[in-house]
Amino acid sequence: MMQRRLWREASFDLTGKILQINWLYVLLLCGLAGVGYTALYSAAGGPEPYATRHVLRFAAAVVMMAGIALVDIRLIARLAWPLYGVGVALLVLVLKMGHVGKGAQRWIELGGLQVQPSEFMKVALVLALASWFHRASWERIGNPLFLIPPIIAVLVPVGLILKEPNLGTAVITAIVGGCVFFAAGVRWWKFVLVAAPIPFAARIAYDHLHDYQRARIDTFLHPESDPLGAGYNIIQSKIALGSGGMWGKGFLQGTQGQLDFLPEKQTDFIFTILGEEFGWVGSVAVLALITLIVLGGMLIALRCRHQFGRLVAVGLSCNFFMYVFVNIAMVMGAIPVGGVPLPLVSHGGSAMIMVMVGFGVLMSVHVHRDVEFAGAGDT
Amino acid sequence: MRRDTRRTGVFTRRALLMMGGQAAVLGALGARLYQLQVVDGGRYATLAEENRISARMIAPPRGRILDRYGTVVAGSRMNWRALLIAEQATDVQATLDGFSRIVPLSEHERARIDRDLHRHRRFIPVMVREFLTWDDMAAIEVNAPDLPGIMVDVGSTRMYPFGDKLAHVVGYVAPPSEADVADDPVLSLPGIRVGRAGVEKYHDVALRGRAGAVQLEVNAVGRVIRELDRQEGVQGEDVGLTIDAGLQESVVDRLGNESASAVVLDCRNGEVMAMATNPSFDPSLFNSGVSQQQWVEWTRDRRTPLINKATVGLYAPGSTFKMAVALAGLEAKAITPGDHINCPGYLDIGDTRFHCWRKGGHGTLDLKGGLKNSCDVYFYEVARRTGIDKIAAMSRRLGLGVELEIDLPGQRAGLVPTREWRMSKGHPWNIGDTIVSGIGQGYIQVTPLQLATYAARLASGRAIQPHLTRKLGGVPQPGTQPEDWPPLAVAERSLHVVREGMWAVVNEPGGTAPLAKLPDPRWQLAGKTGSAQVRRVSRELRESGKFDSEKLPWEYRPHALFVAYAPYDAPRYALAVVVEHGNAGAAAAAPLARDIMNEVMTRDPASRTEPPVSQVAEVKK
Repeated sequence: MMQRRLWREASFDLTGKILQINWLYVLLLCGLAGVGYTALYSAAGGPEPYATRHVLRFAAAVVMMAGIALVDIRLIARLAWPLYGVGVALLVLVLKMGHVGKGAQRWIELGGLQVQPSEFMKVALVLALASWFHRASWERIGNPLFLIPPIIAVLVPVGLILKEPNLGTAVITAIVGGCVFFAAGVRWWKFVLVAAPIPFAARIAYDHLHDYQRARIDTFLHPESDPLGAGYNIIQSKIALGSGGMWGKGFLQGTQGQLDFLPEKQTDFIFTILGEEFGWVGSVAVLALITLIVLGGMLIALRCRHQFGRLVAVGLSCNFFMYVFVNIAMVMGAIPVGGVPLPLVSHGGSAMIMVMVGFGVLMSVHVHRDVEFAGAGDT
Repeated sequence: MRRDTRRTGVFTRRALLMMGGQAAVLGALGARLYQLQVVDGGRYATLAEENRISARMIAPPRGRILDRYGTVVAGSRMNWRALLIAEQATDVQATLDGFSRIVPLSEHERARIDRDLHRHRRFIPVMVREFLTWDDMAAIEVNAPDLPGIMVDVGSTRMYPFGDKLAHVVGYVAPPSEADVADDPVLSLPGIRVGRAGVEKYHDVALRGRAGAVQLEVNAVGRVIRELDRQEGVQGEDVGLTIDAGLQESVVDRLGNESASAVVLDCRNGEVMAMATNPSFDPSLFNSGVSQQQWVEWTRDRRTPLINKATVGLYAPGSTFKMAVALAGLEAKAITPGDHINCPGYLDIGDTRFHCWRKGGHGTLDLKGGLKNSCDVYFYEVARRTGIDKIAAMSRRLGLGVELEIDLPGQRAGLVPTREWRMSKGHPWNIGDTIVSGIGQGYIQVTPLQLATYAARLASGRAIQPHLTRKLGGVPQPGTQPEDWPPLAVAERSLHVVREGMWAVVNEPGGTAPLAKLPDPRWQLAGKTGSAQVRRVSRELRESGKFDSEKLPWEYRPHALFVAYAPYDAPRYALAVVVEHGNAGAAAAAPLARDIMNEVMTRDPASRTEPPVSQVAEVKK
């Protein structure tokens, strides 16, 4: 009891905060990064050039995450909308002067660092929505007019990301936003109202998609129609996973991965290396680890005593969950391929940093779960 | 402090719902993976193996062609090549420029290299230049640091040590055509060659061998990672010829610059000791592709260097045909050796007068005299009495105007006319046609190989067939003994008279070919001259006395022919020489025949034993 009262203080001491970080959860993240090290080691047939850098980057990211975890959650809440503004500005910037990668403008360079504004945007959007709903009572949430600003707050970045064009991330962003709406208590029927026209909208959108996006959907529906073209990735990826069998071919023994049949194996298709070399058992073990991380994030949300923290934790957990789901479903050929890496496993610095920023904020929610942070109707 | 508002309650419910949803979705991914990896795993494992393993064939080494003593007449030679691996070169064009300063590359070559570089992946070596000399190699090696990406390696190419001297017998190899590749997938291998002419073509399948196979692990772009399994191919069989390469060389040299051919046979068994055709060509040029310029030069040459005159060249046999006419008459009992026929210099048949080559005629001659003097009137009369069909039947029995069993591709059968043949062309047979056939003119066309076979059959009395293959894959081929060949169905008495006539041609005073007499008195040569008109000489021109074939343009001069065998008393070798547009056989062909036969008798290849196997570098490794 003594301790608890202490932490209700506006500024409990640093050591106490560090102890409050959920180190078990950090251990889970380290486990996933270790899976990434193994897969990247195999992808290159040695520690260079991916695996070692992956670990060093992760070590730096953990320190950064711990730093963010110590930042008062109320300060983060206050920064939510400014950060959202920065995110939108970066998205506009990337459209104006972004680097083109695979036919899309997705990243810009800031101070020698590659930044994918869409990744930053997802975290900023979760914060902004959480801070909006933090102040909303149950009654106000029922008011449709109250929902208009946050809907716009979702649509602006989603539209900008679509324009990059990055369909996969745009959809993830929209769904993550929807999750926050849902957790905030927006009425069921309103979701039905929004979701109902989607099939029709999708039909119209399909006609306005870029050719490469349409090709992606077409080859997803019929991958064998173009085995050496756009369908090649999906087919080779399924062969890699499938040939792994129950127990896998063994570390560094995966023929598909080692012989370069896998496309982009160190980034988007990293999961197939694991599936090929460690079989179904290995795949499911990784899935279990990911499930623990997702549900752990949700538990942090449940244990939080203020609405902002709850919504942030739900949003960030959903973000991580969506990442994983889209990536793994993609490499299994269950949904159309999109440039979505497997967080903490795939090679790539900027994606990892933003994921770890998200976990830092999540951890800050955990550390500050009991702070006095009254929103509307909480008293 | 009451925090549990309705909002919090809803949040908790919904958060738990979402957790359930997330767990369910991740579980579904696991289930889908079970389907993919465990249920369908076998199918995907097969697909992965198919991805990984690439079966390739290994080109078998081509068999050699050897002469009768085991001398290599077609073999393999190291081919030093410069290759370029694009991914190892910092700047491909700079490397090629540097290479060009050492070994100049033509613009044509540069274009081909660029094309190959674009066509292949960057790690696949592209041929820059082959058949490098030792000096070029040394220069490239010294400058290797300045030529990143250039690699020198050794391949194998067909080598013909006797070059143009045996080209028409051995033939040549060339890259296979697309039609060839459809027949045998081995031919799709890089660097493989197929026989296109001569023995190379006739024994192509035996020489080619059987391809080996290698199973390679390859990556997605086809780079070979390692070798999984290897089955060596079977080297092509060596072909041993009946040819004596040394004799062949000297025969070719003796023919000199004439457009001529000569065939030497072992008259007891039909082994071809030499088969020379001049002019010839360098067979190795076909290996890498003949230049346009060279091709034009060959095809425009009226002495036809690409054509094997010995088997394809068709000539009227002229007076060399007279032995066949005589034998046909004797066997048909139309004449006897003692029958005397008067030659006044011409023979009138109906209102046509047929001239003897000798103005004023030979007077009265018997058969031996007719041959010795090559009297045309004598053989006009024999032909008239015998009839064309019996002459044709005898000619064919002697090997003229029929396809022989020579083991070379593309021989021509020639023609000995019959009434039936003439009728099939829509014309009746005239008696005049029979008369000119009596001296080997008219429609008759034969090859030098047929003439040599004819001489060998006259000498041996056996229906030998000329052949070139003595051993195949080290196994002796049948037909080396005289007993392997059936006797000619001609009475020995008749043959004896004809042989006597041929002996007299050379050895008796007054014979038409005294120049053919061998210098060594131990050996006596029997032979017969022939001149084959290539253009009909008009009666007016002949009678005006101004006809002189020496003054005709080269291509209108008659061909000079000579058939012979030796020694007369125990025949071993038969010979036919044809000098295109050489005028009279006695003057142009007889001295050649004498020198060639003298060389043959001196070497006596049929009596020489083969060197021991160890010196021949036997077939199998």
